[in-house]
Amino acid sequence: MPIAALRARLERLGGTVTSHVWRLGFASRFLFYLVVHSGTALRRFRLTIAEVYFAGVLSLVIILVSGLFVGMVLALQGYETLQRFGASESLGVLVALSLVRELGPVVAGLLFASRAGSAITAEIGLMKATEQISAMEMMAVDPIARVVAPRFWGGVLSMPLLAALFSAMGIFGGYLIGVQLIGVDAGAFWSQMQAAVDWNKDILNGVIKSVVFGVAVTWIAVFEGYDATPTAEGVSRATTRTVVTSSLAILALDFILTALMFTGGNGK
Amino acid sequence: MNRSTIDLWVGIFVAAGFAGLLFLALKVGNLASFSLTQTYYQVQAKFGNIGGLKVRAPVKSAGVLVGRVADIRFDNESYEAIVTMNIDTAYQFPRDTAAKILTSGILGEQYVGLEAGGDGVMLKNGDRLRLTQSAVVLENLISQFLFNKAAEGKEPAK
Repeated sequence: MPIAALRARLERLGGTVTSHVWRLGFASRFLFYLVVHSGTALRRFRLTIAEVYFAGVLSLVIILVSGLFVGMVLALQGYETLQRFGASESLGVLVALSLVRELGPVVAGLLFASRAGSAITAEIGLMKATEQISAMEMMAVDPIARVVAPRFWGGVLSMPLLAALFSAMGIFGGYLIGVQLIGVDAGAFWSQMQAAVDWNKDILNGVIKSVVFGVAVTWIAVFEGYDATPTAEGVSRATTRTVVTSSLAILALDFILTALMFTGGNGK
Repeated sequence: MNRSTIDLWVGIFVAAGFAGLLFLALKVGNLASFSLTQTYYQVQAKFGNIGGLKVRAPVKSAGVLVGRVADIRFDNESYEAIVTMNIDTAYQFPRDTAAKILTSGILGEQYVGLEAGGDGVMLKNGDRLRLTQSAVVLENLISQFLFNKAAEGKEPAK
């Protein structure tokens, strides 16, 4: 029966869409509840500090090393192209603007999602699988206030700092390659960079981006962990979903934020 | 890992993060050199054509940065561009100073060059510069050159 088959397909399509919308709504309500009940995380700030340690400090090595190498590669590649137009002194501008505006927040966000986001999901998912979350509820301790909120705020606080360190390290890497190895004039490297990079337009927008990515990644991570099927397989799938969803979210949000930030100038 | 070690590392991390941000602000963004506390006075100049001049473009005199372009508007009456410049109060210029729109290098950015005149009275806030020279438009220059060439080519036939 073609009509019955068509009906079944349409039903399946509708079901998929509805369940996705329902999940999004659930995640939003989860975020709202989390923010409202984060009093404990802020009052007992030591809980949040411990999570800053796990999400931020332990991500330092990968962030710093990646930043250094991204900056060095930018300088090498940028020099190849710029010297063709006799503009190799603009290398500092190229390295600084691409890092501060885009690569710093985005690459740091992607690394943060895979390094810290997946760890948060796995931890919360395993707590759920081993019924520690249910045990807390039995003891009248709100698991969202005690377990989820400190991890959320720890991630949100860490992300902008990590992105700033990534950009600073990348510019240092660009300086190492551009000035020390290739021999671009150090004065021109810094002064052209300082003339072209604007505090409000470039650096502050980069910081805003990193804050938005931090909220998005840790929100996805804690939600996927809390929502995971409490089995070994369920936790592993939730961890994968965290990395995939938050990476896609970072790239999509980056496009939207860039479109809002860097095209509203009326050509001025 | 005990408490104080965690606290120490978080402290180092936060301090390093802010140091990175400070580095971006001061060394990369050069926030310190033109801060909000700096005092300046505003002068205006009319140009027939500003070329590619942009807001925040440098204002230089003898190659030294003395201010920045604050605003660019179009004058509906004279059909000219009005460029407002913020000039650092540390630098005073005579009233008959000339403003030119110049280009740094062949393909570089455009900036306003000030050439001091000989008047004893100094510029003050809100003054307007009378002597201006518009940006050089490359297309006009090339077409002028081509017309001259064409005219030269015809002469022997006359």
